[in-house]
Amino acid sequence: MSGGTTREHWDDPVASGARVLADGVDTTHRGILYLDGISVSFDGFKALNNLSLLVDVGELRCVIGPNGAGKTTMMDVVTGKTRPDAGSAFFGQTIDLTRLSEPEIADAGVGRKFQKPTVFEQHTVFENLELAMKTDKRVGPTLRARLDGEARDRIAGTMDVIRLLPEAARPAGMLSHGQKQWLEIGMLLMQEPQLLLLDEPVAGMTDEETLRSAELFVSLAGKYTLIVVEHDMDFVARIAKKVTVLHEGAVLAEGSMDSVQQNEQVIEVFLGR
Amino acid sequence: MMGTAFVPVDATGGPRFAGLLSAGGWSLYGLAALVLFVVLPLSHLAVPADSPFHLSDYWVTLLGKIMCYAIVALAMDLIWGYTGILSLGHGLFFALGGYAMGMYLMRSIGRDGVYQSDLPDFVVVCDWKSYPWYWSFTDHFWYAALLVVLVPGTLAFLFGYFAFRSRIKGVYFSIITQALTYATMLLFFRNNTGFGGNNGFTDFKRILGFPITAPTTRMALFVITAAALLGFLLLGRWIVTSKLGRVLTAIRDAETRVMFSGYNPLYFKLFIWTLSAVICGIAGALYVPQVGIINPSEMSPANSIEIAIWTAVGGRGTLIGPVLGAAAVNLGKSWFTKAFPEYWLFVLGLLFILVTLFLPRGLAGLRLRLKRTP
Repeated sequence: MSGGTTREHWDDPVASGARVLADGVDTTHRGILYLDGISVSFDGFKALNNLSLLVDVGELRCVIGPNGAGKTTMMDVVTGKTRPDAGSAFFGQTIDLTRLSEPEIADAGVGRKFQKPTVFEQHTVFENLELAMKTDKRVGPTLRARLDGEARDRIAGTMDVIRLLPEAARPAGMLSHGQKQWLEIGMLLMQEPQLLLLDEPVAGMTDEETLRSAELFVSLAGKYTLIVVEHDMDFVARIAKKVTVLHEGAVLAEGSMDSVQQNEQVIEVFLGR
Repeated sequence: MMGTAFVPVDATGGPRFAGLLSAGGWSLYGLAALVLFVVLPLSHLAVPADSPFHLSDYWVTLLGKIMCYAIVALAMDLIWGYTGILSLGHGLFFALGGYAMGMYLMRSIGRDGVYQSDLPDFVVVCDWKSYPWYWSFTDHFWYAALLVVLVPGTLAFLFGYFAFRSRIKGVYFSIITQALTYATMLLFFRNNTGFGGNNGFTDFKRILGFPITAPTTRMALFVITAAALLGFLLLGRWIVTSKLGRVLTAIRDAETRVMFSGYNPLYFKLFIWTLSAVICGIAGALYVPQVGIINPSEMSPANSIEIAIWTAVGGRGTLIGPVLGAAAVNLGKSWFTKAFPEYWLFVLGLLFILVTLFLPRGLAGLRLRLKRTP
């Protein structure tokens, strides 16, 4: 796959670039993620077809759509796992996601949670967060690393956010499925991301856990930008302010949950056939 | 499977970094040091030979040898128990360290060999007029000591770099390490390789000018080996209780998650793998002057498999377990091979099966199990 980017757009952030490049992600124009005309095809199948999406800083955006609508592929493009055939993907005003490798994108501040929770089962909740914490992760510094009070406070703060403070000393393998999902989100938070991509974060959770997750995500919005891909409509209705509906690799509708639910095309895609 | 040991926690729920060992651990450590540095040397050198408290030559050699094996098992535990990489070629690094030391010992023989030549017997037998080039400087102890560290270290680093970079894992990695030690053994069996062929090196006379068979020399080697064992035990504890140790066990349990967390597993594996090989090399260098011989059979695949068995019997991921495992299995071996020599391999195999089935955490796990039963 080629990493082609379209440069002719008037709002291309680099081509217009009179700005001094700041360190980290530049969100001076409110937007944190710009996908413009993204196309990806696998052996002739168009997984994404001229997809454009703009997400503002601090937003909690839900992405829904039937199977094969391109939700996961979209996340793959943002995290650098898949290169688009056409279109541009920018993180903030300056960071071209189509040119960075996966670890570079993660380092720039994009955190991704996969469907199946993977945590370090033999390590305690505390140690899981300690390992994820943003710091120098080369061999030498890791060998000499000692936890200072500030780091302990940060870990304790995150445990509080994900409601796992009472489980701090518990091996992660002994947590419930929902708690593991939260721990993984906590591990992402420890990496200090700007943008969090969550792929079906409440799949397999109990009703109680789903409810708490909804509270958690709503509380995280604002401080972080969240993009939640989810099948569970009740859950989406509970947390969403703005919903994007994907269908056949492109945006079908976008707006509030109510407006989307009234949309004729959306009803046809979800209920029709 | 294996768990991280029961880590004490502080008020915030974080691991409490009280120190390398617990209070009880330090007492046992001090006791071991007292026995190895004072009691045993005195009972060998000061107690008369006819006293029941005299430590015989046989036992000094046997215990010295076992301590070398214990160091190897400790090194194996770092790479296998903690990082989850099973090496079936650790005997190679042990043997290379031994050969490096053996080169120095051979050159210290001088004219006391069978052929009364300036050159060692095996060079005379090959009809060579001088040493091959790679024997240069090996008459200096410091240079040989450098080789003890550098040869196993460099080989492990290069091999590990390519193997880990290619993401070779699990049983494939084990098989390749096995092949590596086997191929090197075949190479060393050849007389033309310049390391004494299948006879290897033996008939050493002196080390650093001291007669190698004198009781005081032997006891000095014994004490140095004990110091190395106790030192590596602390080094190992320091590593596995550090954050790096937690990264290693994380690699063992969920390597892709480690990558997503921003660590590059390649360099962590390479670090612990190379360190493990260097420790094995040092153990080999301590082994050769005490046992008095090094030959290519030390590189045989069976030897490397035995190292894995000591580690499993003792209990992976505990450091002290493999040390005790190496001691228990080898004491058993030295008794068995005298009493029922033809059955030892069956017993070893049976032991491995029984431990795997009933004591997955080895001897160290037995202690924990006894503690928990009221």
